Amino acid sequence: MKKQILSGNEAVALGAFQAGVKVASAYPGTPSTEILQNFATYKDVYAEWAPNEKVALEVAIGSAMTGVRTLFTTKHVGLNVAADPLMTLAYTGIPGGLLIVCADDPGMHSSQNEQDNRFYAKFAKIPMLEPSDSQEALEMVEEGLLLSEKYDCPTMLRMTTRVCHSKSIVQIDAGNQAAVPVAEGFKRDLKKFVMIPAFAKLRHPLVLEREEKLEHVTETTAVNRIEWNDKKIGIITCGIAYQYVKEIMPDASILKLGMTFPLPKKKIKEFADKVERLFVVEELEPYIEDEIRIMGLAVEGKIFFPKLDELSPDIVATGFAKAGVLPYDLPPVQEKAPGGSMPRPPLLCAGCPHRGLLYSLNKMKAIVHGDIGCSTLSVLPPLQSIDTTLCMGASISMAHGTAKAMAIAGLEDKRPVFAAIGDSTFFHSGITSLMDVIYNKGNVNVLIMDNRITAMTGGQQNPGTGRTLQMEETYAVDILEIVRALGCKRVREIDPFDLEGTIAALKEEVAYDGPSVLVTKRPCVQLFRRDPQAVRTVDSDGCLGCKRCLKLGCPSISQGDIIPDDADKKERRYSNIDATTCYGCALCEQVCTSNAIVYVPQ
Amino acid sequence: MTRENNKKTVNVLVVGTGGQGVITASEILSDVAMRSGFDAKKSEIHGMSQRGGVVTSHVRYSENVASPIIMEGEADILLSFELSETVRWLHFLRPSGRVITSLQKIIPPAVYAGMGSYPEEAQTVIKQRTTDPIFVDALPMAEKLGNPRLVNTILLGIASAMLDLPVDEWKAVIAERVPANFKELNLVAFDKGRDIG
Ligand SMILES: Cc1ncc(C[n+]2csc(CCOP(=O)(O)OP(=O)(O)O)c2C)c(N)n1
Ligand code: SF4
Ligand code: SF4
Repeated sequence: MKKQILSGNEAVALGAFQAGVKVASAYPGTPSTEILQNFATYKDVYAEWAPNEKVALEVAIGSAMTGVRTLFTTKHVGLNVAADPLMTLAYTGIPGGLLIVCADDPGMHSSQNEQDNRFYAKFAKIPMLEPSDSQEALEMVEEGLLLSEKYDCPTMLRMTTRVCHSKSIVQIDAGNQAAVPVAEGFKRDLKKFVMIPAFAKLRHPLVLEREEKLEHVTETTAVNRIEWNDKKIGIITCGIAYQYVKEIMPDASILKLGMTFPLPKKKIKEFADKVERLFVVEELEPYIEDEIRIMGLAVEGKIFFPKLDELSPDIVATGFAKAGVLPYDLPPVQEKAPGGSMPRPPLLCAGCPHRGLLYSLNKMKAIVHGDIGCSTLSVLPPLQSIDTTLCMGASISMAHGTAKAMAIAGLEDKRPVFAAIGDSTFFHSGITSLMDVIYNKGNVNVLIMDNRITAMTGGQQNPGTGRTLQMEETYAVDILEIVRALGCKRVREIDPFDLEGTIAALKEEVAYDGPSVLVTKRPCVQLFRRDPQAVRTVDSDGCLGCKRCLKLGCPSISQGDIIPDDADKKERRYSNIDATTCYGCALCEQVCTSNAIVYVPQ
Repeated sequence: MTRENNKKTVNVLVVGTGGQGVITASEILSDVAMRSGFDAKKSEIHGMSQRGGVVTSHVRYSENVASPIIMEGEADILLSFELSETVRWLHFLRPSGRVITSLQKIIPPAVYAGMGSYPEEAQTVIKQRTTDPIFVDALPMAEKLGNPRLVNTILLGIASAMLDLPVDEWKAVIAERVPANFKELNLVAFDKGRDIG
């Protein structure tokens, strides 16, 4: 047996490969992205990035309809996008094992909300497993596929950021695997696969029957286990919270739930009856706790453990201390050191192709509906160039709504309305929004920031890059052609590193009465090597310390020594460019009005 | 009464800013711990932090580790790539915990936009709150050795002198993880660090 230290995501990928999964489809999204990235590297498997989660799940369903074991992964909000196929898939079922890996993000480390997707399993009435570490993640992949095949429905493997991204030791024993069922190919079965109302009516009762069967499974499965200990305190827990409970309350009895839909009501009752005080420790919503209340049992949970943010051993200890059952003293509160709270928000990279456009937008006095992606980082000073960010693709449709409302209500607002969206997000769900603008004679100025990659999630291929997830060459979608085909003839490319040209183009589109699209086409710095020859430097003879260049928010530019000055003006400092990180995009050179930023080829 | 098992597990908090090599350092440490026969866990958040933001990585090892994250006030070592980040995470150290910090300062552009200021008193604060902190001018040292990337290995070398893990495992893991032509240089950097620690 081999030992390896793996992240939860790596473990899921390995588990899927070992369990004979052949097809996988997903759209990237933190914290789930690395699952497909890892899975795609295994031999004899097919893995793809779909343009969005709805497409990805539908691909997975079509695959599983042939009996082939299939994987679909998504971040929590991606399941909202895929909710439509999911809810009816729960009716049809599929012959091949289909695992839906859903990675929630309690604490919103890189997400726009912290919704608790356990409710989706309950909503769709499909079995749900929740691992607490990488070993369980690996094992639950096969477990989930077996459940899926046996009960003719997808299984949801619900992960969270801490489980996805934490590494723990995994014992790898490929020999232990059950045989992979032979795929029998697509078989016509109209009453199962064609969900016209008459047939769907036949399927819904089967969903309820299945739920009953799963209620038996959850009572006997080994992943729902009681760890008896001192019976004064009984704790029901799942996912990463289990690890915190083990850390903080090592002497309590624990009901560790690995299968959280359906919940094992008998086992819960049996556990509850034998302990003096019953607690539930779970992240986010009182999903388990509410269910136990409905059963009429006395239980304590969310009054001690917050619904907000992710849990931590500290928070769990504090909760048990409040409940008066922590068996030792809470450690004294650790005061933060003075000076430790300087903000260090994530930034656009030095040389980022979005910077020129976002800097120009800031000058436009416009309403800017932003979208999800690296450009969202420009919300903070100094760029501060967007007004909204909601969900993927929303920039264009929200801009359309704002412009229509302003027009019909006669609002006295002279500000032009822009939408700024990345290439991957445009493919994800911006295209349909732009179709709406054109179809309904809207008047918004759309900016598509084509940096030739899906950057925010770490640099994935997308339909515009000319490469697939498995790095095969493929057709690269032409954004200009799409825009024209939607009926928007006013579309052109601009260079975001040419500030004057960019600002002029924005002004031109504002002056034009009608919808328009500008596409910035410059690659993300993740895609090429820095050219040390292109580095810019500050000429201290010319620098006045006016801070204009600092307004770009480029991480390569900082302030250096004080400028000697005989008149007693305010203290001013030279700007400094870090030669080891500058990408030579020349934006700073263009904003400097004293020609102090220069290009000196070595 | 204090929490008992907080004494058995070794907790190392590695901190810095995006792109500095925090994650690689904690990967190496957790790998060494595993190969030395321990149960090891490590946790960090990637994502937004890649773009120059705050990065932390928690490494824990002992016979049996439950939580992958360290409790505040229980870190044995705070291994830091950047001076102000050391100050940000000082409260994670236990009273007897040790600081190993690079003296490198990375001033976030947010400061120029008027959002807060860089803690100029960082070294004083660290000295006041901890015993025998190790300040190391790791970047110039690495550059002198021939590559700024060696900061990582120098810092690990220092930490290795405080952790009870076999030096052979350290060297084996480092040698495996760096490109072949950088192997010798990294082992030199490791020893340099170890001499400081
Ligand atoms: C429904 C949904 N799926 C996935 C994500 C994760 N996500 C956030 S930004 C992003 C990629 C944006 O890429 P692009 O539009 O090309 O902009 P870039 O980051 O390259 O500037 C993704 C996949 C999300 N927030 N919501
Ligand atoms: S990763 Fe690419 S798109 Fe994102 S901030 Fe950096 S350069 Fe810009
Ligand atoms: S040229 Fe100026 S703005 Fe561009 S990366 Fe270099 S320092 Fe930053």
